[in-house]
Formats: sequence, structure tokens, C-alpha cells
Amino acid sequence: MHNTWWAMKWHEIKASKHSYILLAPYMILFMLFTVLPVLISIILSFTYFNMLEFPRFVGWQNYTRLFLEDDIFLTAMKNTLLFAAITGPVSYLACFVFAWIINELSPKLRAFLTLVFYAPSISGNVYFIWLMIFSGDRYGIANGLLIKLGFILEPIQWLKTEAYILPIIILVQLWLSLGTGFLAFIAGLQTVDKTLYEAGAVDGIRNRWQELWHITLPSMRPQLMFGAVIQLTTSFAVADVSIALAGFPSVNYAAETIVTHLIDYGTTRFEMGFASAIATVLFIIMVGTNLIVQKLLQKVGE
Amino acid sequence: MKVETKMTGTRALSRPFPLKFKLRLGKKRVNRSFAGTFFLFLLLSVFGAFMALPLVYAINNAFKPLDEIFLFPPTLFVRNPTWNNFLDLMNLLGQSWVPFSRYIFNTVFITGAGILGHVILASAAAYPLAKHKFPGKSILFTIVVLSLMFTPVVTQTPNYMILSWLGMIDTYWAVIVPAFAFSLGLYLMKQFMEQIPDALLEAAKIDGASEYRIFWSVVMPNVKPAWLTLIILLFQMLWGSDGNGFIYSEQLKSLHYAANQIILGGIARAGAGAAVALILMSVPITLFVFAQSRIIETMATSGMKD
Repeated sequence: MHNTWWAMKWHEIKASKHSYILLAPYMILFMLFTVLPVLISIILSFTYFNMLEFPRFVGWQNYTRLFLEDDIFLTAMKNTLLFAAITGPVSYLACFVFAWIINELSPKLRAFLTLVFYAPSISGNVYFIWLMIFSGDRYGIANGLLIKLGFILEPIQWLKTEAYILPIIILVQLWLSLGTGFLAFIAGLQTVDKTLYEAGAVDGIRNRWQELWHITLPSMRPQLMFGAVIQLTTSFAVADVSIALAGFPSVNYAAETIVTHLIDYGTTRFEMGFASAIATVLFIIMVGTNLIVQKLLQKVGE
Repeated sequence: MKVETKMTGTRALSRPFPLKFKLRLGKKRVNRSFAGTFFLFLLLSVFGAFMALPLVYAINNAFKPLDEIFLFPPTLFVRNPTWNNFLDLMNLLGQSWVPFSRYIFNTVFITGAGILGHVILASAAAYPLAKHKFPGKSILFTIVVLSLMFTPVVTQTPNYMILSWLGMIDTYWAVIVPAFAFSLGLYLMKQFMEQIPDALLEAAKIDGASEYRIFWSVVMPNVKPAWLTLIILLFQMLWGSDGNGFIYSEQLKSLHYAANQIILGGIARAGAGAAVALILMSVPITLFVFAQSRIIETMATSGMKD
């Protein structure tokens, strides 16, 4: 019995030879650079490893150190969760709301506005422009404007003042956040079957909000789920913007995130075991949140 | 005979998979109130300005003479546009230790090779995932979807070790080869391929075409919108890459790295910095302008099924 099952499987596998050959080149690289690294990272997180000596098993020590002794990690964790809790939902909503508004415009205007909203996220590392806007002297746009309007007398050191750093990074992250998810929503809205709206109007849908909840959202649930993955993953990975704007390390670690903490230990201090523990925590947070959100989104419009 | 069947198949799909547009936007549809419309357009304008102004500022800065960049109060728009910043940039590039053309070559090579390899490998893998049945298919695709849920930073440390075992550290390949396995590209390509009619593939199979031939001459020509999407996503990633910490040699470094040196070069270089920033950002934006409709077409199939 057991043997025949294996014989059948083996037969199936042999019959699918071509599929495997087509898959192989990509999958080998994917395993090598994505799957294997995650496994290595999880294993290394239980060791002491400095890249020179062979890794030494230390049990949960890296994790206890991370959560009990490393104050900066807790700051990083707090900042990351704060960023994610704000930029995640806000950017997701913004992606949808603007896709929804844009969708009703004429094709030319729609294409133009898509470009305007999408441009920041695609234009490379152009966020350094915010360095000029929030520059600490009078020539920065923010300071210049506030001084001219008489709100302040002296220029504010925006990116060197703890209280301003987080809000500015959140602002810039939001500016960059209308990316792939936004495009998916625009496309999703265009695929909603228009006859459903007419049927809805007959069935007693009275306003656009009901239409949105009962017709539009359920019709594009697959895109909503895809967009959620993209927006959430980005919102947890704040690092480049933080380093570019607030410096590395930032003033009193005000802009430290899990990722910058990881970069600190992984590439500056070469404490690979500890860095792997940080990476593993980040991995669990990201994948866990994503899976929960996917479950929630399956309920949309039900 | 064989060729002919294939041709008709391809021609039938030459406008592949039109989106379900039905412009019968009807009288039957409920209308929005005037206040609602007004509010939405106000929102659109305010947010549009927030999105556009920093870029407008960046563009204007590139054409400002130095005294306008350091003007109080600062201005958004340029008053006396000049090409001086671009000339300064040329001068600066002439003095750099590594010839500037080398940085350009590095970035163009990394971007080009990465895109080419990724589009071919990801499409080859997407085809069986979308259209074949074989043991292990669903688990493989689940892993790919899971990989969308975390950022590559998580794997950076082990990646360094793997690349160094492979002897790729401090070569172009350290950036190019991992980019081949970019998972969002495979995901989008697979979702797009699913809507190719099975009949088309069956017809080719009956004509005796091998799976590889079907992939190359039937599937690939029909997923051009998805190619463009993969190209632009990878372009965005590789064009802005600074070597990810895997490339040290000055002569192998990217355009972005060189540009950052100029941008962060302080007050004396503010003009040249603005100019180089404009050049760098205009390339991906231009690419997107031309590819936009195809990308939206691909994204229409991007959804995740329950």
C-alpha cells in the first residue's frame, strides 16, 4: 500500500520532469538567497558568532539579552511598531482612497495623477530632498517659511531634535508609500464588473459608501490582500529614510528601528549571532502581522 | 501547419486579455452628493500637492543659480534658470579619481544583467507554477508568497556569508545574482500567466511543441505587459542600489554611490548635487511614463486568492 503510493508519486514526479527543469534555475537561487538565509539566521540566533571563529551554541542567551538588557533594542522596537502602526494603515488607506478617487476620472487625468502619486516611490533615493526641506538653517523650506510667517524667530534643528525626528520620518515614509500596492488598487478597481453597480442600484444600494462596502471592496478583495502585504512589509522595514535623514546612529537613538539596529550589529559590530536574533524577531513580527491581516481581510464585505 | 496554428493563437491574443472595461457608466448608478465630490477633490488636491511639491522643488533646484539655492526666504520655483549646475557637475566628474563613465557602466551593467536574468528565470519558473500540475507546486508557491511578507534585510547577514562562499563578494554578481530570485517578480508573473487560455497551450501541445518551446514561443509573447512590470520593478531596485555592502572596490561602485558623494558634498556642491539628483530620478520616472498602462494591466491580476 505504502509502496504503491510512493510509486505513484514517483511516477507523477517523473512525468513532471519538464516543470521541474523550468523551475529549477529560479528555485535554486531562491532557495539559496531567500529560504536558506532565513534558516541560517534562525540557527545562528542561538549561537555566538563573530565571522572568525566557528559559531558557539549559547541557547536563548541572544534573545534574553535582546529583550532584557538591550535598552536600545527596546527603543528600536517601540519606534518600529509606532512607524508600522501609523504608516501601515495610513498608507494602505491612502493607496485605496486615492486609487478610488482617481479611478473615476478621465483616462488621461487618471494616468497623470497615477504618475504624480507614484513618482516619489519610484524615483530612487530622492528622499534626501527632505533634507533640504527640513535643513537646520534658514535656507531650508520649513524654517524659511515659518520664520517668514513669524511663527519662529530662530531656525529649528529639525533632524537633530528628538521630538521632531519621528514625525518627520513618518511623513517621508508616507510620501514614499504609494507604490506597488497603489498600482494594484488602481488596476483592481478597473476590473470590477460595472454591471454589478447597476444591479446594486436596482437592489436598493442608496449611496457610494454602501456601494463601496457591498460591491467594490468584495470584488477586489484579492488586490486588497496583495496590497496589504506590500504596504505592511514596507512599513516594518523603515531604515534607509531614517539613516539618510536622522543619521546613523540618530540623536539619542530617536530614529533607531529594528532594521537599523540589525545593520548596526550585523555590519558594524560583526556580532552575527546577536544580529541574527534581531533578524529573526523582525521576521516573526513581519510574517505574523501579515498572516493576521490576511485573515482579517478575508472578512471584508461579508 | 504547425506554425500556422501557433500564429493564429498568438494573433488572437495580440491585445492580450483586455481588462473588463465596460464604459456603460450608467444613469442607473447612484450619484455622489455635491459636498462629497467637493470634499474628495479637495483631498485629492491637498495630497497631490504634498506628493508633487518635493519633486517640483528638486527639479527647480537643479536649475537654480547658487545664490538662489541659498536665498532667504527660500523659494520653490527658480527665477533665473541656468545650466550652470550641470556644467559644474561635468567639471566635478572630470576630476573624479575613477572615471565617471565607469560608475555609469557599473550601474547600467548591473541593472541590465539583473533585469535580463530575472525576467527569463522568473518567467520560466512562473509558467509551470501557473499552468502545470506537479507534486510540490502549492508548497513552493506558498513559500514564495511568504517571502513577500518580509524584507530582504532580514536575510542580509546570511546572504553575505553565502555570497562569500560562492566567491561573489566584491563583484557585480553579488548584486546581480540575488536579484534574479526577486520574489515579487515571480509572483506577479505567475498570477498574470494564469489567465492565458489553456486551449492555446493545448493547441501547441497537439502540434507537437515541447514544453520549452511552448514556454518560449507561446507563453512569453503573451505576457509582455508582465515583462514590463518586472523590468520596472527590478529597474527601480537595481538603479538605486549602492552595492548593498557587498561591493567595496571603488571602480565597481554604482552611479548612486557616486551621486551620493556629490549630494552629501556640502554647500559648495549643492548645485551639482541638485543636478545629479534630477538626472538620477528622471530615468525611472520616464520609464514608468511609457510603461504605465502595461503595468496597470499586470497589476489587475496581482490579487491574492483566499
